[in-house]
Amino acid sequence: MGEAIVITSGKGGVGKTTTTANLGTALALMDKKVCLIDTDIGLRNLDVVMGLENRIVYDIVDVIQGRCKLKQALIKDKRFDYLALLPAAQTSDKSAVTPDGMREIISELKTEYDYIIIDCPAGIEQGYQNAVAGADKAIVVTTPEKSSVRDADRIIGLLEKEDMDPPSLIINRIRKHMMKNGDMLDIDEIVQILSIDLIGIVLDDDEVIKASNHGEPVAFQPNTKASIAYRNIARRILGESVPLQSLEDETGMFKKVKKFFGIRS
Amino acid sequence: MQDTKTKNYVTIKGTRDGLTLFIDDRCSFEDACRELEEKLSVNHPHKDEQVVNVTVNLGNRYLYKDQEESLERIITEDKRFKVQSFDSNVILRNEAIAMLEDTDIKVVNRIVRSGQVLEIKGDLLLIGDVNPGGKVVSTGNIYIMGSLHGIAHAGVNGDQNAIITASYMNPSQLRIADYISRAPDYESDGVYMECGLIDSEKDKIIIDRLQVLAHKRKSLSGFERRISNG
Repeated sequence: MGEAIVITSGKGGVGKTTTTANLGTALALMDKKVCLIDTDIGLRNLDVVMGLENRIVYDIVDVIQGRCKLKQALIKDKRFDYLALLPAAQTSDKSAVTPDGMREIISELKTEYDYIIIDCPAGIEQGYQNAVAGADKAIVVTTPEKSSVRDADRIIGLLEKEDMDPPSLIINRIRKHMMKNGDMLDIDEIVQILSIDLIGIVLDDDEVIKASNHGEPVAFQPNTKASIAYRNIARRILGESVPLQSLEDETGMFKKVKKFFGIRS
Repeated sequence: MQDTKTKNYVTIKGTRDGLTLFIDDRCSFEDACRELEEKLSVNHPHKDEQVVNVTVNLGNRYLYKDQEESLERIITEDKRFKVQSFDSNVILRNEAIAMLEDTDIKVVNRIVRSGQVLEIKGDLLLIGDVNPGGKVVSTGNIYIMGSLHGIAHAGVNGDQNAIITASYMNPSQLRIADYISRAPDYESDGVYMECGLIDSEKDKIIIDRLQVLAHKRKSLSGFERRISNG
């Protein structure tokens, strides 16, 4: 029996879709069977980030309205056998999906997949209601900005009313130098305000954008900061305890020596 | 003014502030009215005398609104009496519950997050934070064991003696009764263990150390406040 995790944030543009794609990829890299669901009806883009856009035949609305079977609508990833995507519809309206319909789909997917990761649309209306229905767990994504933390707080308040475990937190797009100067909210400050478990931090990394544009989630890359962060989060989801990435650059003698010998850090 | 008859449902006593009517609580309301009428028709101040204040002591009798009105009519009609109050030892159960609600301390253990509003009758003891964008409202005082970042509104029904305390005070707004104060426009750090209350001299809400409550709101720790609120 699988586990359904919804990735949500309230505010738009903080990296829900990127997080969904990368966590899915990272879990698949660890030989888990993963299915991603895009619930942003009308503004889908998880398929673009995964590079599966031109394979879409049926979508989630087709499944709910009975025009096709769930299996037919699932798109198998080009890199993994057990990574699938259920795309959102581009033409329909958000009201085409209902919480009950979502619950049905998710419970069917749970029999086959270990993890079902649901990409939630921005906002707290119908789309959010649909995405949260049927999820067992929630991960809230925020950036170290006040507006985003505010919305995350609002979403956590709403999630607490749902019948699920307390949500976990990912702080995305951390810029080291700004945080160090105090121009960005501190990690501790954010965790203190939101008071939920921190499951990972992701540093701001140009590679993420580059990779998304190539339709190849950054988690594939062996050693960029962001890909390590996403893989660490995936390991924490599996129950491993992995220390948080350090914000500090390695400096001092050790690094100089490594550099001297040409060892990449 | 003692009546020597055997039926003696109404006793009249004079005090410094006027008269007190003791009405026996075991007789029927009609009997009491009849006797009261009899007694008062004999004893009442004349036209040129001062108006006398009357307190009616009902013992363990509950008066309905219409009974209260007819009693008041008997006492005041054509006489120079004025009813100051009806004192009774009994109140209705739902009145008592309402009174209890207004003076009780409600303990809530949660985080009031952005967009959430926690409304309470009586005093609120919140064990947890009020996050930015969150709001707590109570008819009495608000005590927060945690950080107050959002809005707190104490004494929402107009109690200007209400106070707001917090372990960490960094609110976006403090409201007490119909007073509102807000945080300054510049970023500021909060303060630990302080309270907000209305300063009657400055006619605005001030934030001060908890210690000042000891002499500015003396009734806070007593039982009197509950009674006076009720």
